[in-house]
Amino acid sequence: MIFALVGNQNSGKTTLYNALTGSNRHVGNFPGVTVDSKAGEIRGAKGHFVVDLPGIYSIRPYSSEEIVTRDFIINEKPDGIINIADASNIERNLYLTLQLLELQIPTVLALNMMDEVRGNGGTIDIAAISKLLGIPVVPVSAVKNEGITELIKTAVDTARNRALPTVTDFCPSGPFHRCIHSVSHVVEDHAQRIGISRRYAVTKLIEGDDSGFIGRLGLSQNELELIEHSIVEMENERGLDRNAALADMRYSFIEDVCRLTVVKGRVSRERLRSEKIDRLLTNKTAALPIFFAVMVLIFWLTFGVIGSFLSDLMSRDIDLLASFVDRGLERYGMNPAVQSLVIDGIFAGVGSVVSFLPLIVVLFFFLSVLEDTGYMARVAFVMDKLLRGLGLSGRSFVPMIIGFGCSVPAIMATRTLSSERDRKMTILLTPFMSCSAKIPIYAVFSAAFFPGRSALVMTSLYIGGMFVGVLTAMLLNKTAFRGKPVPFVMELPNYRIPSFKSVVLLMWEKARDFLRKAFTVILLATIVIWFLGAFDSRLNFTENSQESLLAAIGRLIAPVFRPLGFGDWRIATSLIAGFSAKEAVVSTLGVLTGAGVSALDATLPGMFTTVSAVSFLVFTLLYTPCIAAVATIRRELRSRLETAAVVVGQCLIAWVCAYAVYTAGSLLR
Amino acid sequence: MTLDSMPIGKTAKIESVGGEGALRLRLLDMGLIPGTEVTVQKTAPLGDPLEISVRGYQLTIRKDDARLLSVREENK
Repeated sequence: MIFALVGNQNSGKTTLYNALTGSNRHVGNFPGVTVDSKAGEIRGAKGHFVVDLPGIYSIRPYSSEEIVTRDFIINEKPDGIINIADASNIERNLYLTLQLLELQIPTVLALNMMDEVRGNGGTIDIAAISKLLGIPVVPVSAVKNEGITELIKTAVDTARNRALPTVTDFCPSGPFHRCIHSVSHVVEDHAQRIGISRRYAVTKLIEGDDSGFIGRLGLSQNELELIEHSIVEMENERGLDRNAALADMRYSFIEDVCRLTVVKGRVSRERLRSEKIDRLLTNKTAALPIFFAVMVLIFWLTFGVIGSFLSDLMSRDIDLLASFVDRGLERYGMNPAVQSLVIDGIFAGVGSVVSFLPLIVVLFFFLSVLEDTGYMARVAFVMDKLLRGLGLSGRSFVPMIIGFGCSVPAIMATRTLSSERDRKMTILLTPFMSCSAKIPIYAVFSAAFFPGRSALVMTSLYIGGMFVGVLTAMLLNKTAFRGKPVPFVMELPNYRIPSFKSVVLLMWEKARDFLRKAFTVILLATIVIWFLGAFDSRLNFTENSQESLLAAIGRLIAPVFRPLGFGDWRIATSLIAGFSAKEAVVSTLGVLTGAGVSALDATLPGMFTTVSAVSFLVFTLLYTPCIAAVATIRRELRSRLETAAVVVGQCLIAWVCAYAVYTAGSLLR
Repeated sequence: MTLDSMPIGKTAKIESVGGEGALRLRLLDMGLIPGTEVTVQKTAPLGDPLEISVRGYQLTIRKDDARLLSVREENK
């Protein structure tokens, strides 16, 4: 049997999912399950699976998360729903529950964080609330792993007995009741025909769902008018429009349920603690400095201390292995082309994948701590005003900052953004944040053209990248992403201590995800680049990099860069090599000039003027992200076309900016 | 009076919810419906958005959106 796990954001859904599945993280390919939702076998319940759906507050078809949830439940008809609700915030959590009840699918309510409610001296009468809602209710604590076995047993029993929710009428009398009754009468046969709960169809008709659902019901014009008539009548009687009346009906029912079953304790300890923490973290003067301090610390630990240490360690091991294999192949007398494939193609590709891995793991450790403690919501709260002009919300801030370290984890981090639109836009903007792999390029060029002023050069480049990013965002906001952004009405959950298990599982998931999806792409790309570099145009293996196919392509496209002030084929070739990894730009230039990297500050002035050097730096700052980033973008955007648009778009922007800089610079001379 | 002009720390009752489309539905879904009590907790360090408390939880809402909620201050 298949269960859908549904609940509000911040209700502890992921933690419950982890508790339900334990270590059985078998991820099945269920139809209708998007890339973002996970499915796993339930612990101790062989053959029963739970699908983790996005955290939502309502089943309206307005955000992609809501649509995913609705489509899964309506189209895939899970055998049961496990609805998780935060007992310490029960009113708003039950709002979604009522909508689930209308779907007429066996449902169990898991009341999470009951320990907190009890700890504050409150109680919830489980038997009474279960009766009033017409579904089984199980108190659990997902973090402490309490009540999980009971929940699994209840869910399986309920689904096996096809025990449908018994309460679907949330207003026993009044205008709204009459309206539901008359609409229900009209729609009954139609709903039955397409196999959808009548009560759900009624709600959708009252809401005026415009996602094509109403069309499927096949109502006649006459019937539609009849329905509209009774809705308008209800609106007049209630003095509220249909949507407000609907929300009011649900919340009134919930208030009644809570009055009968919930005994509120004293002001919750967690709330008081959160207020105290917030007094510091969202303090008028301290909030921004603290946020930047936190980011600097995470950055430093990830890219400076732990991550880079592990990266170096792993790439050293790979290098050791590579040289060992290299010697072995040499001694064996292997064909030099094959030997080169193994060492410069495969090992180099594996090496570059592996060097990203520690960064991802370490960074996601910190990010999931920030997310699970509730600090990320505060970051959005604090930063919102800054990003609003770009049509984004404060939530996009953190991924973009991570982009300064490496675009790969930054793009992966956009997964926490709840709106698809914001997510896409953030992914498109992240590559404008100059990543750390470009630093060697800046360093070499600064040394050659602006000795002693490298700090100024780098700062200007970073700011320039952000500036172009902001302009692009504003342009996108007016064109491709026109239309209403998803409303920024966001819960600020109480601060909580994150569950260690959830943090570790997320790290593991991200690492596995990256290896699985990016590995082949990166490896293939490295091998292609290797092939182009190792063979000449007659497909003879060549040790002379000047004769390689890569150089031939470089010569072919070099004219494209002539208007930017650097038409030399060696420069074009190094830029192509930079696609595999940005570090390769400098090393390729070193090889092609024949003098090596260390002599570049002497050889570069022969190839560039000061102006064309600046133009080149602007181009490298902005042109296509490396193959690892592109593979990640492809994975997150789930569209080849859009990914190609990102790559081409970045190159175009880079060309135009470099051209502008070169032209302006040449005029000033 | 609208919610954005409420003084910090004061509680008010919602009289009507304006706006349209996804935003309005989101406000209603979050429990901001006529008759509900809301308390303004604080403003973000940059002056916007607001933090309000409603139905026992904390919500952040931009001032532009808060303007859509007309409220009447409660004298408590």
